[in-house]
Amino acid sequence: MLAYIIRRLIGAVLMLLLVSLVTFGIFFWIPKLAGQTTDQLAAAYVGKAPTAQAIQDTKERLGLDKPVIVQYGTYLKGIVAGQDFKAGPVVDHCPAPCLGYSFRTSQPVLPQLMDRAPATLSLAIGASIIWLAAGISIGVLSALRRGSIWDRTAMVIALGGVSLPIYFTGLVSLAIFSYSLGIFPGGGSYVPFTQDPGTWFQSLVLPWVTLAFLYAAMYARLTRAGMLETLGEDYIRTARAKGLPERTVITKHALRSTLTPILTIFGLDLGLMLGGAVLTENTFSIPGLGQLAISSIGTGDLPVVLGVTLLAAFFIVMINLVVDLLYAAIDPRVRLG
Amino acid sequence: MTTPIEVSGSESEAQPEAVLAGVGAKQIQGRSLGQIAWLRLRRDKVALTGGVIVVLLIVVAIVGPFLVQSPLTYHQDLIDPTFNRPNSGIWHTGISGDHWLGVEPGTGRDMLARIVHGARISLLVAFLATLLSVVIGVVLGITAGYFGRWVDTVISRAMDAFLAFPLLLFAIALVGVVSDGAFGLKGNGLRVSVLVFVIGFFNWPYIGRVIRGQTLSLREREFVDAARSLGARNGYILFKELLPNLVAPILVYSTLLIPTNILFEAALSFLGVGVIPPTPSWGGMLTLAVPIYSSDPMYMIVPGLAIFITVLAFNLLGDGLRDALDPRAK
Repeated sequence: MLAYIIRRLIGAVLMLLLVSLVTFGIFFWIPKLAGQTTDQLAAAYVGKAPTAQAIQDTKERLGLDKPVIVQYGTYLKGIVAGQDFKAGPVVDHCPAPCLGYSFRTSQPVLPQLMDRAPATLSLAIGASIIWLAAGISIGVLSALRRGSIWDRTAMVIALGGVSLPIYFTGLVSLAIFSYSLGIFPGGGSYVPFTQDPGTWFQSLVLPWVTLAFLYAAMYARLTRAGMLETLGEDYIRTARAKGLPERTVITKHALRSTLTPILTIFGLDLGLMLGGAVLTENTFSIPGLGQLAISSIGTGDLPVVLGVTLLAAFFIVMINLVVDLLYAAIDPRVRLG
Repeated sequence: MTTPIEVSGSESEAQPEAVLAGVGAKQIQGRSLGQIAWLRLRRDKVALTGGVIVVLLIVVAIVGPFLVQSPLTYHQDLIDPTFNRPNSGIWHTGISGDHWLGVEPGTGRDMLARIVHGARISLLVAFLATLLSVVIGVVLGITAGYFGRWVDTVISRAMDAFLAFPLLLFAIALVGVVSDGAFGLKGNGLRVSVLVFVIGFFNWPYIGRVIRGQTLSLREREFVDAARSLGARNGYILFKELLPNLVAPILVYSTLLIPTNILFEAALSFLGVGVIPPTPSWGGMLTLAVPIYSSDPMYMIVPGLAIFITVLAFNLLGDGLRDALDPRAK
């Protein structure tokens, strides 16, 4: 067990290295590949009306004239050991894990991410509780009553749900429940939990439900398909034949193995979402990581984008690790080692 | 030592029809998987409806732009300058004989034309991206499944890695850093290429996993052993023996990947990194609808429904195909 965890942790670190390398490549290698010179690249990070001196300074500060792989090495070193930045005569020390300084605000990146994370966390956790509960129970009920009017209605709604873009359902729900009926506050009304729990909850109900609707539809379809396949297995027949109550057969035998693949997908989905539910945050103007990433891409603020991407990958990798460990608990057929 | 049995010409020819002739007047027809699937699909009204809509959409995307008016013409005379919205039609949508779906608030551009032109971009990007994903996914999936060992390990780990990428962020970042004129392409040509590359290149693990799994079980089958014992090379076995047996899952997952890619393209356009305005796109229209949805709900509903109907039609067809091609189904 311990050996397995250690092996998986090493794998997780390698995965994070790969993601950071690819992200770094997108920003520094692809532009070169596309024919941009170092000066043009530096000019993009200086801002409006770059002077020759400013470009030269930026090139030196960011080490843009060095090979991409050296720049990447410097970045990695910053995460592990911290980094010193020369800002004129003063030397700024950025303690580990250092994700660098924003090009635009000259503030360190990590506190900015920590600042945005609670909003994304609130959105993702709340929505995932709703969609797991709704999606799995609807899927199981549909599978157990296959072909019934309930099953068909649920599956039509679910198919509709997976075919709707979140920003469209978000806008429609805002138009109905916020603008016309006035039940919930509109977009941009998010306040942190610590500031006012009541308003926090009210402002998140619509985003939670909208986001959960899409995923619940997906999970209901997956659960139903998995459940139907499992119910056809021999061991279910065996369980029934030895006289177990139907309830035990369904919950202890069928549901467990149905849930294993769904748990994997849930790990990926939740991890991706913790790194910023870009579309939902955008539609409801929630100041989370996704919105930070979008606005930073818009201004070419590379260190912030790199930070968000790495954080997202970190969540995905870590949650996957947890999911794999949970496997053994859920599915008796899985043995770690 | 065994001596071969002498077989005369007439005895070697088996005649199954002769045996069956006694069963009854009705001859038993052999049906290929394709024929069986088509028979099943024909009975599935829902999937067939999806299929018909898909065909109609493709026709609209190809010939539609030649039939509608220009999506770029401003009809300012139809716009009420005080409220900045159409001054005619029900609910101030500007719907009339000339503009079947109304006009855009603010500019007065024809909505039908924008939807039809948007369909072309949407389907073009989705089809090309799907093609790219399928080619990469099938080649790598079949290779991983057939060769196993370290080849499988490397490819499977790569699939895991791709699934751990924050895809949407990558896509937005990539579109952002590729400046105009890169790779010798300009404007929308470049943008469409980048979109196709991003969507297609990062989506291949989904189909790759399925193909790998199928190949794993196929390679243990007798016909593969038979081909190998006849001295067939790996390339021949992969593409002439295994690939034809994978047509069904490839077809099903391609059909189900297209709607995902349509949603992806719309999302990127919604976030402002899709095709460059004024070229119309469904996602881009929804972006413009965000600030005005409370006063002009129609402007949000039309492109939203266009995306919904298109994606739903492909999903219905894909689900139907999966049921029809499932060899376990009766």
